[in-house]
Amino acid sequence: MKPTDTYHPDYFHKVVDCQWACPAHTDVPGYIRLIAQERYTDAYMLNRASNVFPGILGRVCDRPCEPACRRGRVDDQKPVAICRLKRVTYDLKDDIAARLPTAPEKKNGKRVACIGAGCASLTVANDLMPLGYDVTIFEKLDVTGGLMRSNIPRFRLPPGVLDEEIDNILNMGVDLRLGAPVESMGWLLEQGFDAVFVGSGAPRGKDLQCPGRDEAGESGRVHIGIDWLQSVAFEHVESIGERVLIIGAGNTAMDCCRTSLRLGATDVRVMARKPVDQLKASEWELEDALEEGVEVMTEHSPKAFVVENGKLKGMTFEVLEYFQEEGRQKSRVVDEIFLPADDVILAIGQDGAFPWIERDIGIEFDERDMPVVDRVTYQSTRPGVFFGGDAAFGPENIIWAVRHGHEAAISIHKHVHGEDVTDRLPNAVDVHTSKMGLHEWGYSNQYAPEERRLVPHVDMKNRFKNIDVEVELGFGEDEWRTEVERCLNCDIQTIFFNQKCIECDACIDICPTQCLTMLHIGDDEPEESVRQRLKVPARNPEQAVYVSGKLPQTGRQMIKDEDQCIHCGLCAERCPTAAWDMKRAEIFIPQARDEEAARTERKERA
Amino acid sequence: MSFMKKPQVHHAELPVNGLGYTVRDYEGGMSTLCAGCGHDSITAALIQACWGLDIEPYRVAKMSGIGCSSKTPAYFLREAHGINALHGRMPSIATGANAANGELHFLGVSGDGDSLSIGFGQFAHAIRRNVNMLYLIENNGVYGLTKGQFSASADIGSTTKRGEANEQPPIDPVMTAISLGCTFVARGFSGDKEQLVPLIQAGLRHRGFAMIDIISPCVAFNDHEGSTKSYAHTREYFHPAIHADFIPPREEIRAEYEKGRAMPVELHDGSTIVLRKIDVDHDPTDRAGAIAYLERHREAREIVTGLLYLEEEGSDLHANNRTVPRSLVDIGMHENAEAILEEFQAGCR
Ligand SMILES: Cc1cc2nc3c(=O)[nH]c(=O)nc-3n(C[C@H](O)[C@H](O)[C@H](O)COP(=O)(O)OP(=O)(O)OC[C@H]3O[C@@H](n4cnc5c(N)ncnc54)[C@H](O)[C@@H]3O)c2cc1C
Ligand SMILES: Cc1ncc(C[n+]2csc(CCOP(=O)(O)OP(=O)(O)O)c2C)c(N)n1
Ligand code: SF4
Ligand code: SF4
Ligand code: SF4
Ligand code: SF4
Ligand SMILES: [Mg+2]
Repeated sequence: MKPTDTYHPDYFHKVVDCQWACPAHTDVPGYIRLIAQERYTDAYMLNRASNVFPGILGRVCDRPCEPACRRGRVDDQKPVAICRLKRVTYDLKDDIAARLPTAPEKKNGKRVACIGAGCASLTVANDLMPLGYDVTIFEKLDVTGGLMRSNIPRFRLPPGVLDEEIDNILNMGVDLRLGAPVESMGWLLEQGFDAVFVGSGAPRGKDLQCPGRDEAGESGRVHIGIDWLQSVAFEHVESIGERVLIIGAGNTAMDCCRTSLRLGATDVRVMARKPVDQLKASEWELEDALEEGVEVMTEHSPKAFVVENGKLKGMTFEVLEYFQEEGRQKSRVVDEIFLPADDVILAIGQDGAFPWIERDIGIEFDERDMPVVDRVTYQSTRPGVFFGGDAAFGPENIIWAVRHGHEAAISIHKHVHGEDVTDRLPNAVDVHTSKMGLHEWGYSNQYAPEERRLVPHVDMKNRFKNIDVEVELGFGEDEWRTEVERCLNCDIQTIFFNQKCIECDACIDICPTQCLTMLHIGDDEPEESVRQRLKVPARNPEQAVYVSGKLPQTGRQMIKDEDQCIHCGLCAERCPTAAWDMKRAEIFIPQARDEEAARTERKERA
Repeated sequence: MSFMKKPQVHHAELPVNGLGYTVRDYEGGMSTLCAGCGHDSITAALIQACWGLDIEPYRVAKMSGIGCSSKTPAYFLREAHGINALHGRMPSIATGANAANGELHFLGVSGDGDSLSIGFGQFAHAIRRNVNMLYLIENNGVYGLTKGQFSASADIGSTTKRGEANEQPPIDPVMTAISLGCTFVARGFSGDKEQLVPLIQAGLRHRGFAMIDIISPCVAFNDHEGSTKSYAHTREYFHPAIHADFIPPREEIRAEYEKGRAMPVELHDGSTIVLRKIDVDHDPTDRAGAIAYLERHREAREIVTGLLYLEEEGSDLHANNRTVPRSLVDIGMHENAEAILEEFQAGCR
């Protein structure tokens, strides 16, 4: 193994597990510290800089950061409640009007069309408006927000929050055209826009083909989940039968079952084909549904609809049993049951659908009838036409749509200026010390042993009174003050200066999680062998093993397993020569405005 | 020193010993020594050694005197018994404690000042009585706690931070111990736990007085150029003579040893020390040879380390005095104790 290059922009970034896992690379430890310092508005704005919708995401984000959180790996504990703390920044912030980005008076003369007023398009507008673009959003519906408004139920995401954060973007002067479906891409391309962004989502809910489907359909009691949720959101549907079967067990199913309970259903079952440990729904959504009394029946595969005299009676299911064969999971049918139902809601997935894009205008589609989109530039095979959000690679979530939006905005900015869309600014890292005194650091380094705080919920009695009652109340002060201390400040990195080390062992001995070892290693010793020889072998391949340069006295090297470090700073406190320092690594993820700044600089230099 | 506590959280896959404890369970309070002090590293070696031997922490008696070194028992085995004696007086208190309960593991931690200056006489007599204990001298060549005056182990020519040279000859604890008849004599270095941990384990298992002189740099007062007890100097003149591998009872000797260079010695409890000769001209069971060997290397200014002298057949304090090694508390009082005492005292008047 060779000495590690810690100045590679990804090295420290990967150590900040949450930030690395967040598609938009939100500076999580940064905003958590700001909350701790009661700088809520700063914390909100720091969030907004990368994820654009902190109030929305602080409620309903898919939170890929949480399973990744380092805190979940040490002490057998649960991750930091990152998402709930995000909401705290929204709940406690002051007026931010003066700090929001604005569009310059002098426009840059470039016009961009965005299709759909969901989070993907809104992010593109958010990034491009301040650079002087004229952005026009075409939206099929009469409202903004896409699935965030039409599908995510109000008891999880109140419309007021949506309005506020969407308006912060629209108020920059976006030309919003509601009730304006784009029915032909060919037509749009002739309207003189400099670039087109397709953020039209994945609007088609999957249907279930099985015996009795047609008759059952005629009864009017079989619903496609996302269409049904939209009808509820727009108040076209206000009730449902008492006994409801939900087919599928992903997050859409969770929203369907909980919505059913609020529209009068009393007996709601979520029917899952898979075993309980393989359900698609997020843990927290499943928990909430179970708490509300939904029954989840796993290992049941839908077989047929049962209709009598034009009336839906229920469905039959095959009861499955799973087993392993040749290392693969297989299932066999062990029984069959009938479950009565007044309504059935199908929540088995969504597809993209682009009937309005002509297939002869240079936008290629793949065998799954999805557009061919570049994973870095988000450009289609037709230069100047970009895709993002669920429209790009199929259904994902809000935070991915935001990431796509940021990246597409960069591409659009390059494209309209005739630059190569693939020639993008790299990520970067900036480190500065957090040392404030002999034993004082610019962060709270004492490990807080407390367990994860639970967010309070509206009680069961009041929860179902109205579909608008938001279930989660958000953290109170006691809760967030405890929760912020649980964060390990993974962005405060251990930085090692090998020339200063006198090999006294102090850091090795004090490290509470045994992540430091000094070893003689050869340049050609493979990483796997070094990993095995550490004080405790380093078994998490996701996290790096740091190798220093040679130590002056013995020629050994300092090795650090990044996996278990809790960033307590004790190694730096106990080092007599300051060979260790704790430095904050700020990760820089370029956005369109940075590309613009780099362009201006290049122009000025030329 | 650090003001924050070392958190209880540990590596998720930290191994446990035969008692189900992790090495973290053998720790004590947070050290208040200077950051980088060799003594802290010895503390860590002790923790590692006791953990590795599956010793119940409450079966250990930590004995110490005064000095930075003598403070360290506060930093390991928080469940153990312990006493901080007067400066230099730990050996006699350890002797008394051992007389009263020979079943505990006695672990003496002392300094070069504590043992070779003020406590020299006490040190000698504990060896002479062959008290069954492990005695560590955390040797930094200075009185660390009182801010760095030369101790009796300082070498001629070694300088203080300000540049004054020591002119008096050093007392070498290893040579002293061998000549006093000590049955287990070793030298280690705080900066080499690979060597030190098995030495400590062997010393804890040895029956009789086991002395390890451990070079332990004082970063505050004796780690500069000109010091002969600094990290850099110790590493430069470090001369490992014998490496001791400690093998617990009933465990197979797995490592392959080169013929003629390895010598297994079985201890009274069935464990084995395999002495690996690094320097071939030294036989650690030959006392006269050991003294001659040390002399030769002293002239070359080399710091000879390892298990330098070992005699497993010696008889300890209790054997010599024909006293009961068990805990006196467990033995119980004679029902007629007062009358017997009265009679005995009368005989002495
Ligand atoms: C029931 C449900 C619950 C969900 N819950 C969560 C959650 O809790 N957390 C999370 O992160 N994600 C959740 N998601 C996923 C998330 O909503 C989507 O990934 C996200 O909204 C995608 O954003 P988007 O901007 O790509 O598309 P969308 O939000 O789908 O927006 C697309 C917009 O384009 C419009 N449009 C479509 N075609 C045209 C056209 N031809 N012309 C003009 N306008 C058009 C649509 O009307 C729509 O407004 C959920 C999804 C569903 C279905
Ligand atoms: C009777 C007595 N005399 C003198 C002292 C002052 N004193 C305290 S520690 C110490 C020397 C300690 O030196 P050493 O044993 O080498 O320990 P170190 O601090 O170097 O580890 C002295 C002289 C004392 N505490 N008690
Ligand atoms: S502990 Fe804090 S910084 Fe580390 S991964 Fe979790 S939230 Fe992020
Ligand atoms: S900051 Fe240093 S002492 Fe603390 S866990 Fe990380 S490496 Fe160990
Ligand atoms: S504490 Fe400092 S000097 Fe001592 S081994 Fe660690 S890095 Fe080196
Ligand atoms: S003064 Fe010297 S011996 Fe005492 S703690 Fe400091 S470094 Fe260690
Ligand atoms: Mg001393």
